[in-house]
Amino acid sequence: MDTIQTIKLQDTAVEATQRLTGKEAIIKCLLAEGVDTLYGYPGGAIMPVYDELYKYQDKLHHVLTRHEQGATHAAQGYARVSGRVGVAIATSGPGATNLITGIADAQIDSTPMVCITGQVASHLLGSDAFQETDIIGISTPVTKWNYQITKASEIPEVMAKAFYIAKSGRPGPVLIDITKDAQFEEFDFAYKKCKAVRSYKPVPKLNPDSVKAAADLINNAEKPMIVWGQGVILGGAEEEFKAVIEKSGIPAAWTILGVSAIPTAHPLNVGMVGMHGNYGPNVLTNECDVLIAIGMRFDDRVTGNLETYAKQAKVIHFEIDPAEVNKNVDADVAVLGNSKETLAALLPLLEEKQHTAWHNRFKELYQIEYDKIIKDDITPEKEGLTMGEVLEGINKVSKGEAVIVSDVGQHQMIACRYAKFNKSKSNVTSGGLGTMGFALPAAIGAKMGAPERPVVAIIGDGGYQMTIQELGTIFQTKVPVKIVVLNNDFLGMVRQWQQLFFDRRYASTEMVNPDFVAIAKGYYIEAQRVSKREDLAGAIEEMLAAEGPYFLEVKVEKEDNVFPMIPTGASVSDIRLE
Amino acid sequence: MSETKTYTVSIYTENNVGLLNRISAIFQRRKINIESLNTSISEIEGVSKFTIVINLTEERVKKVIGQLEKQVEVIKAYYHTDEETIFLETCLFKIKSDLLFEERQIQNIIKESSARIVTVNKEFFVLEKAGRRSEIDLLYRELSAFGIMQFTRSGRISVSKEEMKISSMLAEFAE
Repeated sequence: MDTIQTIKLQDTAVEATQRLTGKEAIIKCLLAEGVDTLYGYPGGAIMPVYDELYKYQDKLHHVLTRHEQGATHAAQGYARVSGRVGVAIATSGPGATNLITGIADAQIDSTPMVCITGQVASHLLGSDAFQETDIIGISTPVTKWNYQITKASEIPEVMAKAFYIAKSGRPGPVLIDITKDAQFEEFDFAYKKCKAVRSYKPVPKLNPDSVKAAADLINNAEKPMIVWGQGVILGGAEEEFKAVIEKSGIPAAWTILGVSAIPTAHPLNVGMVGMHGNYGPNVLTNECDVLIAIGMRFDDRVTGNLETYAKQAKVIHFEIDPAEVNKNVDADVAVLGNSKETLAALLPLLEEKQHTAWHNRFKELYQIEYDKIIKDDITPEKEGLTMGEVLEGINKVSKGEAVIVSDVGQHQMIACRYAKFNKSKSNVTSGGLGTMGFALPAAIGAKMGAPERPVVAIIGDGGYQMTIQELGTIFQTKVPVKIVVLNNDFLGMVRQWQQLFFDRRYASTEMVNPDFVAIAKGYYIEAQRVSKREDLAGAIEEMLAAEGPYFLEVKVEKEDNVFPMIPTGASVSDIRLE
Repeated sequence: MSETKTYTVSIYTENNVGLLNRISAIFQRRKINIESLNTSISEIEGVSKFTIVINLTEERVKKVIGQLEKQVEVIKAYYHTDEETIFLETCLFKIKSDLLFEERQIQNIIKESSARIVTVNKEFFVLEKAGRRSEIDLLYRELSAFGIMQFTRSGRISVSKEEMKISSMLAEFAE
């Protein structure tokens, strides 16, 4: 009901002028932007806004996280599954600085987020007042935009701009810092949605010549390959993308943030590229004659050594952010624009093709990878449990319908390699920044952003303990997230590197862990531990069938490694299978 | 690898607090030393202009321009080589007044360098010189022999030989 009302409010564009305080104006702005949930933590400099949140609790659901970092990750999880702007709110000083990790994560993973921070009163700025910190200065390099409000009259325009900038073009985080006196000040409030900022061009103009040039290269290619990224999802271009690959018959591989744009079972999906991606797409990156990158940014974890990356191929780059073109890999043809528009323009120019022989190369290499790695990962015969079989077990019960939220490390690579997805926006993970501690709070936000879907957090024993306090948030809100900790009593990915590149000197990677089940139970969350294969399937079923939140610890093999692997500095085609 | 050259980066922006920080962070993050930086108004009302001099390869300058233009409050950024711009710096020397009368050579130096005397009083006089860095450096060397009480040199200011189409870009937005 609230949503319908706010949409009406948006459509009328300008609301009649009202005499309001800054604090109430902030709430009105959030409602006008269609915000229904926000994540945060109160404190001195933001208390006036919290006082208003109290009055508006029927319209705005404020989720009290146990740490401000958790608020940002929850807002990110919410944004990633819903496609809406996530909102986090905190006080000045330490409250604000605690947001930084999540903001940096949202910046590098292009997640739309608005963070609101309280600030000391404007006459105290620069006086080293209690809980004063220069959050504008601190957050500048990791925000798409930021602004400090010192007068209540600035609130409507700045808030409207914040939401517009966070969401439009290549999305990203925006931080708005509001002094305490501005929160109390009265002014004549009227809200108008922001539709443009003169110095900001969120979407480059589509150039039909570039689309034509791309189509010519694609139509004449013998061994074309697509690598798609999150740009397909962020552009809402899933249908256009599917139509493009189906018509052109081109094998399509994904980056870690691109997965789930099409169902994983799609016959043209050839798997993941990058450091722990699939064998076929990595090796064949250096064999294809045309490489078509769509909404991805050639991250170093994707390309390996740039000097030997796809040098034989013509490169076509579909991209919304002009700064990404030729940043890491030179493009022969750059098609700038929103993926939904560029792919729609490309589709009619494409010839129908099959590329059967070329597809068979991917199949051959998949078979090699299956025999050497996948089989033992997902259907192991050894005694110890593998992370892969846990994922496979979840796939069997969820049937690809779950949102999978992963943290950072070995379990993340395994989750992204083996999770099956039917729907878009189903894989939530910290890709660019690699933030351990991301998953537990992000899962809270994901479940609230997609309440109709099962949400399963896959977390390692290391990352889990970085934001374990968010169990309190789960307990208090009763948000029914499913938490799976794959416990190998190690910081597994670092240990793997120590084994492979540092002669097994396991410097500070062994973890002496607490009783995770007891901790979950301490928060009154249903919990169990599995260490035997025969108990695994039943436990997963019980977890997914549970109505409320559920914690499942799986004791996995201590020293398993994730393969394939492209060692740092190696070429994608030198990917190791062991 | 292309060679390192001196480039003048001209950035047209909104006039907002904090933008200098955002722009300098782009250079700092890539460990690019800013040789000189000047901010001023531009030919367009309400639009500011940053003039930044850096030594870099063209390949890297292009990427920096991309990052600058990505900033919400940056309207447009350009880069030019020295040959493509008209540029100068300006400087001020504060020198003891006695020297002006006692050292004949100083008067010759002032005349030859086309420096201008801004003010003279009993204690000191102030000399202003605008021009290329090499001219200012030469004058500095020549005057050092007599003793300089204070010296300041500005950042580079420049105009490009080609048009920088800011007005038409802004007009396009207004439509």
